[in-house]
Amino acid sequence: MVIVSALNRKLLRDLRGQWGQAAAITLVLACGVAAFVMAVNTLGSLRRTQQGYYDRYRFAHVFAHLKRAPDSLAGRVADIPGVAQVQTRIVMPATLDVPGMVEPASARLISIPDRPAPMLNGLFLRKGRYIEAGNRGEVLISEGFAQAHHLEPGDTVFAILNSRKQTLRVVGVALSPEYVYQLGPGQILPDDRRFGVFWMGHTDLAGVFDMKGAFNDLTLTLTPEASEPEVIRRLDALTERYGGLGAYGRADQQSHEFLDNELKELRGMALVVPSIFLGVAAFLLNVVISRTVGTQREQIAALKAFGYTRWEVTLHYLKFVAAIVLAGVAVGVVTGSWLGRGMTEMYSAFFRFPEFDFQLDPQVVALAAGISVGAGVLGTFAAVRRAAALPPAEAMKPEPPATYSRTLVERLGLHRVLSPAMRMMVRHIERQKLKTALTTIGIALAVAVVILGSFGKDAIDHVMVAQFSVAQRQDVTVGFVEPTSRAALYELEHLPGVVRVEPMRAVAVRLRSTHRSRRVGLIGVRADASLVRVMDIHTNPVPVPPDGLVLSKKLAELLEVRPGDSLEVEVMEEDRPVRSAVVAGLVDDFAGTTAFMDLAAVNRLMREGDVVTGAHLLADPARRTELYTAVKNTPRVSGVIIKRDVVDSYQKTIGENILKMRLFNVIFAGVIAFGVVYNSARIALAERRRELATLRVLGFTRGEIAQILLGELALLTLTAIPLGLLCGYGLAFALIKAVYDTELFRLPLVVSDWTFGFAASITLVAGVVSGLVVGRRLGELDMVAALKSRE
Amino acid sequence: MTAPPPESVFQARGLTKTYRMGEVTVHALRGVDLDLFAGEFVVLLGPSGSGKSTLLNILGGLDTPSEGTVRYRDHDLTNGDDGRLTRYRREHVGFVFQFYNLIPSLTARENVALVTEIARDPMTPEEAIKLVGLADRMDHFPSQLSGGEQQRVAIARAVAKRPEVLLCDEPTGALDVNTGVLVLEAIEKVNRDLGTTTAVITHNAVIADMADRVISLRDGRIAGVRTNATKVPAKELKW
Repeated sequence: MVIVSALNRKLLRDLRGQWGQAAAITLVLACGVAAFVMAVNTLGSLRRTQQGYYDRYRFAHVFAHLKRAPDSLAGRVADIPGVAQVQTRIVMPATLDVPGMVEPASARLISIPDRPAPMLNGLFLRKGRYIEAGNRGEVLISEGFAQAHHLEPGDTVFAILNSRKQTLRVVGVALSPEYVYQLGPGQILPDDRRFGVFWMGHTDLAGVFDMKGAFNDLTLTLTPEASEPEVIRRLDALTERYGGLGAYGRADQQSHEFLDNELKELRGMALVVPSIFLGVAAFLLNVVISRTVGTQREQIAALKAFGYTRWEVTLHYLKFVAAIVLAGVAVGVVTGSWLGRGMTEMYSAFFRFPEFDFQLDPQVVALAAGISVGAGVLGTFAAVRRAAALPPAEAMKPEPPATYSRTLVERLGLHRVLSPAMRMMVRHIERQKLKTALTTIGIALAVAVVILGSFGKDAIDHVMVAQFSVAQRQDVTVGFVEPTSRAALYELEHLPGVVRVEPMRAVAVRLRSTHRSRRVGLIGVRADASLVRVMDIHTNPVPVPPDGLVLSKKLAELLEVRPGDSLEVEVMEEDRPVRSAVVAGLVDDFAGTTAFMDLAAVNRLMREGDVVTGAHLLADPARRTELYTAVKNTPRVSGVIIKRDVVDSYQKTIGENILKMRLFNVIFAGVIAFGVVYNSARIALAERRRELATLRVLGFTRGEIAQILLGELALLTLTAIPLGLLCGYGLAFALIKAVYDTELFRLPLVVSDWTFGFAASITLVAGVVSGLVVGRRLGELDMVAALKSRE
Repeated sequence: MTAPPPESVFQARGLTKTYRMGEVTVHALRGVDLDLFAGEFVVLLGPSGSGKSTLLNILGGLDTPSEGTVRYRDHDLTNGDDGRLTRYRREHVGFVFQFYNLIPSLTARENVALVTEIARDPMTPEEAIKLVGLADRMDHFPSQLSGGEQQRVAIARAVAKRPEVLLCDEPTGALDVNTGVLVLEAIEKVNRDLGTTTAVITHNAVIADMADRVISLRDGRIAGVRTNATKVPAKELKW
């Protein structure tokens, strides 16, 4: 098979001759494969880890919170058809005083069996030991909180439990499938410093909260054939008289919901980004192979004249494609694994699993290779077929001369203003409409990739400003242990440094419209509130009328109601009155599903006096420390949210990660822009070598012909940039609709001028660099050789 | 001949050109002494590999000699840098090639305009195209013209800037006899009417009859120079 190996040698030399272009395509492909391998493998690892963790540690299917029920209720719950296992427990909020931290932290206390026993939402003990029955004040604490405070078994923390200050001794550090993603009250991101989950012996906790023989929270698992809605309906009926807040399934469980959302986001990333890159790579391969086949027509003719079959010729060029594609896959898999490891590490800070490792799945690698080869073959098959199908005699002849015609620009009479060089440019562009269009789209996609990777920060920044500078002007929000008379506000007013106090009434309700219902918080606000105002995503204040509900737009969508419609409001507290209220307005807000109502109207609805459940405080900055210390020691207060902490934790966590992501996007975009512009310039140079040499002979300077060659690309780049900005905006919109428009949070479509400018600059720089690289080759243009050759 | 002593436009002395083709050193010129005079029509005759194209390229500022000197009037072309040679080509030389080398995306008129726009004292593109008898094909693209017509556009493009020198490398090499004659007539006309010093490379001995002087090259050396007592008009040539 000496001849075949000669053909393969030709292949290697062809590759070496076009190494620059081959490398550019390899890189574009590698980016796509890397994004794919990273996203799909991380997705797989995350999903496998989640599933394994849930199964092994018996993550519950249904969750319910209530005010207080006798232990005997558990048996009746277990009798509901479809219920596999029931676990009752006591869950209580607490304010913590952690050594070394001025401001208060909050904790959720959850009771666990006094002795180790199989339980739902089982604990993975990372450090220390399980609590010992009979030892009061022993707790296991969540890993994030332990790490944030460098707490080790043996350390102590102070907490206000049921209005009494108590010392808690840490005996172990644990993880629970219920708190993979751990959000404290009022937090929009995990902040392990300010919120922790504490597990305490059942007898101990029941003693502290006077809950002996009773519980206030239950979780259960379902049998495989159970109907979750039916179980929830029956469970709600059972817990109703015990102050049940309405049961919910995993889909509404906070940690699970966030995790699922993340998986959804990863799936989006696994689809969108690689598609862009593979599409661009296929196009570039098409351009390069078409050109190669064009210049090798005579070689192809010779091969066929020697007796090579059409298939052998086709295979020869497909091997050329395969070499580039496989190099791209190799680079992409290595880079993707590296990125995936980084991504996994980043996730580990947000999602707490006993074990979470990035695993490179060979199937994913095979899939990436398969898709890439597919894209490569798809991109080049037509060109290769065309070459192989030519009869040898015809292929021996040079390609027919290019046909040009007057362009649209000229038919419009604009040609008088165009120099011949400009006309060459315009006609060349118009003659190769498809290639021009695809090149422009390719460059535009580079711009879009930068926007896609950067707008998230703009949107979140916008939300942060809208929410925490404009809508919310309080420093501290406190929640009371239970609904309290307004008199409690005077107590707050007298705390050190407090300048202003505004009351808040929150009621857990279930809103119902026909068969649709949703458990939400009904928030009573005062019409003249100045600290916390109801505002939409664009910081427009939304008035709350004296009567009627103002709903999150998302909530109205879920309930399928419009302003003017009437809703059933089932209060989930006290004696659970069921009332009706009219939807007075909607607010396009950014997180959660909330119903707002005038405070007085809420009090009327509840048929209660001036009752409040919390308050917003504005404080003198100079006396913050004093205020924090005082709040930590106010028994009536069960929860504290310090606004500045929320903002800080955002800056620290998200800020850093977004910068990292942005860096990768810039690299990705640079690769696309460079790949497209460089390849286009190289092809243009190859196609027009003779033309440019002629111009040099006629007395044109190197600079002048560079203008003709690169001017066209500059024109395309400049056209592509606004197109890319538009395209990026569109993709950002699509991404928001697909991933960031959930019940948990919604991002506004905000792309800052800076991001637009940045995206344009990156592409411009990549364009200029590739222009310079190719421009240097113009110096090597051999005038004499170009003139001697036929086209 | 009672004419005043002819003015020498080109002076080449001891021109040598060697270049490497892979592992092999090719001696394209081996010491050529040559003068070309103002207004004369010279044919450089020789088989392929005789060095005639190399000589023409050096005279045209497309290449530089390895040894020896070459001058065009007061320009030294021996060691010209790229910028100087470009300016020389731009201002003084018109080129015609075997394969026309028209820009496919420009019409006949625009191909000529390409040159007139960067020249100091050009004729209009229309004048130049009329000179080669293609007034009615002015707005055609190269792909709409026959080979002979394309070559005449190339001649129009070469002479439109009123160059002092017209260098033609096998201008009829890709054409049949009838079209070839038309092209030669155009060159003849330019030489006669504009007084442009003209050098034509060919391996076709018949064409030599229309020249003032015929310089034969062989193996990189001048093998002979002959002066035609009478020039045969291009339209009477046959091959």
